[in-house]
Amino acid sequence: MLELRGVTKRFGGVVATDNVALEVAQGEVHALIGPNGAGKTTLIGQISGSLQTDVGTVRFLEKDVTALRQHERVRLGLARSYQITSIFRRFTVLDNLALAVQARSGSSFSFWRPVAAEAALFDEARAISGEIGLAGRLGVTAGNLAHGEQRALEVGLALATRPRFVLLDEPMAGMGPEESQRMIALIGRIRASVTVLLVEHDMDAVFRLADRITVLVSGRVIASGRPAEIRADKDVRRAYLGDELAA
Amino acid sequence: MSWILILEQSLNGLQFGLMLFLLAAGLTLVFGIMDMINLAHGSLYMLGAFLASTFIELTGSFLAGVLLAIAATAVLGMLLEVSILRTLYARDHLSQVLATFALILIINELVRLVWGSDAALAMPAALSGPVELLPGLRYPSYRLVIIGVGLAVALLLYVLVTKTRIGMLVRAGASNREMALAMGVDIKTLFTLVFGVGAALCALAGSMLAPLLAVQVGMGENILILAFVVIVIGGIGSIRGALVGAVLVGVVDTIGRAFLPILLGAFFQPRVASAAGPALASVMIYLIMAVVLYFRPQGLFPARG
Amino acid sequence: MRKALCITLVLIAFPVAMQWLGYLFYVSFASRVMIYAIAATSLNLVLGYGGMLSFGHAAFVGAGAYVASILVAEGVASAWIGWPAAVAASALLAWVIGAISLRTRGVYFIMITLAVAQMMFYLVNSMKAYGGDEGLTLPRRAELGLGLDLGDEVVFYYVVLFVLLAALYALHRVVHSRFGRVMIAIRENGARVEALGLPVYRYQLLCFVIAGAAGGLAGALLASHGKYVNPNVLHWLQSGTLMIMVILGGVGHLWGGAIGAAVLLGLEHVIADYPLPWLAQVAPNYQQHASLGVGIVLLVIVLFAPQGIAGLISRRKNA
Repeated sequence: MLELRGVTKRFGGVVATDNVALEVAQGEVHALIGPNGAGKTTLIGQISGSLQTDVGTVRFLEKDVTALRQHERVRLGLARSYQITSIFRRFTVLDNLALAVQARSGSSFSFWRPVAAEAALFDEARAISGEIGLAGRLGVTAGNLAHGEQRALEVGLALATRPRFVLLDEPMAGMGPEESQRMIALIGRIRASVTVLLVEHDMDAVFRLADRITVLVSGRVIASGRPAEIRADKDVRRAYLGDELAA
Repeated sequence: MSWILILEQSLNGLQFGLMLFLLAAGLTLVFGIMDMINLAHGSLYMLGAFLASTFIELTGSFLAGVLLAIAATAVLGMLLEVSILRTLYARDHLSQVLATFALILIINELVRLVWGSDAALAMPAALSGPVELLPGLRYPSYRLVIIGVGLAVALLLYVLVTKTRIGMLVRAGASNREMALAMGVDIKTLFTLVFGVGAALCALAGSMLAPLLAVQVGMGENILILAFVVIVIGGIGSIRGALVGAVLVGVVDTIGRAFLPILLGAFFQPRVASAAGPALASVMIYLIMAVVLYFRPQGLFPARG
Repeated sequence: MRKALCITLVLIAFPVAMQWLGYLFYVSFASRVMIYAIAATSLNLVLGYGGMLSFGHAAFVGAGAYVASILVAEGVASAWIGWPAAVAASALLAWVIGAISLRTRGVYFIMITLAVAQMMFYLVNSMKAYGGDEGLTLPRRAELGLGLDLGDEVVFYYVVLFVLLAALYALHRVVHSRFGRVMIAIRENGARVEALGLPVYRYQLLCFVIAGAAGGLAGALLASHGKYVNPNVLHWLQSGTLMIMVILGGVGHLWGGAIGAAVLLGLEHVIADYPLPWLAQVAPNYQQHASLGVGIVLLVIVLFAPQGIAGLISRRKNA
């Protein structure tokens, strides 16, 4: 479904992603792991379209989307959530989700009819809020949500566009154990309908959810394969996992 | 159209450009480091000119007057920074624009209350004669002094910013403020100092240009826009960009005003040329800015990566 | 809603009362205030709701004023041609300026709108054929036909009132429409809107054009009102004045532009025409330094009450 070849991004003298090759099959949950600064978020940016790729190609659904802008890729069904929460803080939870639903249903170049009259938008927003566990918090201003709830909304916004493929950038960032379990459950639920590329540091989540794992270190892919292979891989242990799995 | 005329106008352009650089340098640093839009920067330029006219009258010496004006403006600038501008750093750009716009109004009126709408500032007698640079090219010595001062300050700033520790802190702040903060740099004092230096540069430009242009309320606004165009072309946060941009703008503007009407006159009827010439000359700078931004939206030498 | 109705009724009754009292001057003054209210409201759309810090809005008001004036000066007196032409010209100008400026962000955007507007100022200033820096005086106001004589202050007032109310109602509908929600969202977090699949640039450009067009209409009315136009209407200080009105009245509030225009122009009028003897004793010539007061008020508002008057009112209501 998603295929990267030779994807590279340079910022001045720094090479953030270096000749990255990656393949994600439909229906997969594919995890992308690596130490901080490995270039994971940069890669997500290049896949989603918010960053332009210097070299290489990104293919989505058999189409070369390298030149497409972010909003065009979203229209094709490629959504992302952000590592640093990027929601609409002054909107309520309901309005946040309703906006996302509005974005993918019909044209927003409509100037006269009040949005409030479109019951379908809000019904669907309510449904999505149930999926992400925020059904009881619809009237709360997003900026007032607890951190874990904001992360859930963060993912919810991406899901509300009903994507075929979603990039989740550290959805569990800053979450406590209970909230993390809920997020893991959520990802477990959505995998039936959405292909997932998951960036995460939480190794418990990664090994529970991932069908395959790719390891990124200093912008380069050093290993890619099934969880068991990755766990056993010498390079990976040395570069990244060694300390993490000591426990 | 003799080459002497071209040379003369080029020197005029260089001179104007270097003075623009003085304004632009302070402005670009304030933008780059504090991420603050300061519309009142032109008011500091105006204050410098008015203060200079008073100090020159009091001391009888052009040099003393200018130096005192620079010092006074720097102090006033720093006071302004500490009292009002500091609260704006954390605010959004709209608030900064409006607050500093309010400062323009306030400072303009205060100047009017103290000095009236304009003041006189004469060229120092010693420098009012021309100098023969080349056979046939007589150039006003005062303008030469301005060029000299401008180049000297540019060099000084270059040394300051690239070779000293403070300069390094300034550059770090310009390219990545959060990082500088995280490294424990005393941001507040650094900001105040940077602002003070910027104010001093404005005052220098204001007092040096005063004998050539008029000292009047509102002089700051006119040059402010040019300074903004300069830093947009040069790249926000970059002193090198400010220098290149300022000289470019100064030369293009001066030469444009001098020669465009003549150039147009060669192709069009005199009536058209005399109407379109000045209009096009005023517009040249903005066209260049548009062109630069089309190819390099971050300016020619952006400080931020 | 009830408050709006009350205000509307007052505005409708106003000229009748003034005529009865014999203060016809105030009808003309009120027209001028309402025209600026329209201009400020148009800026409020792009600035308050859209979050785009356009410092060159005066260019659109000025473009409308000049196009309308030039047509009348050249003998085309019909407002049915002149005013739509003004709107079209401003919309086109906004489209061009917006297309260039909106490719930039933050301070660059502000500076470009500022610089381009100033460029327009210089261009118009050098148009000797239409008065140059002395401006253009018109022989008459535009003609509306329909048995309405725009030369009559009261008739003109009602026409302007109609346009103002229409503009406010249109703004109300737009803000609550899909387009409005997207604009407010863009102001809130433009990057995320793009990530939801909406081409932010296109929305911003359209908003910019609509606001510019409305500004052009205000300009056309302004030119008709004073039967005079000069390049100062395009100067960036005029843009600043419009911005002051918007923030004074309340950025992002429906009535923000109107309130701001009324308060600012009202204050200016009061200071200029109603000398306070006790103040004059303390500070002679204080009336010539009215800008000082405006500056201080603006600074205070920005620092302590950035939501403007409308914001203060709604906060008191909710408290």
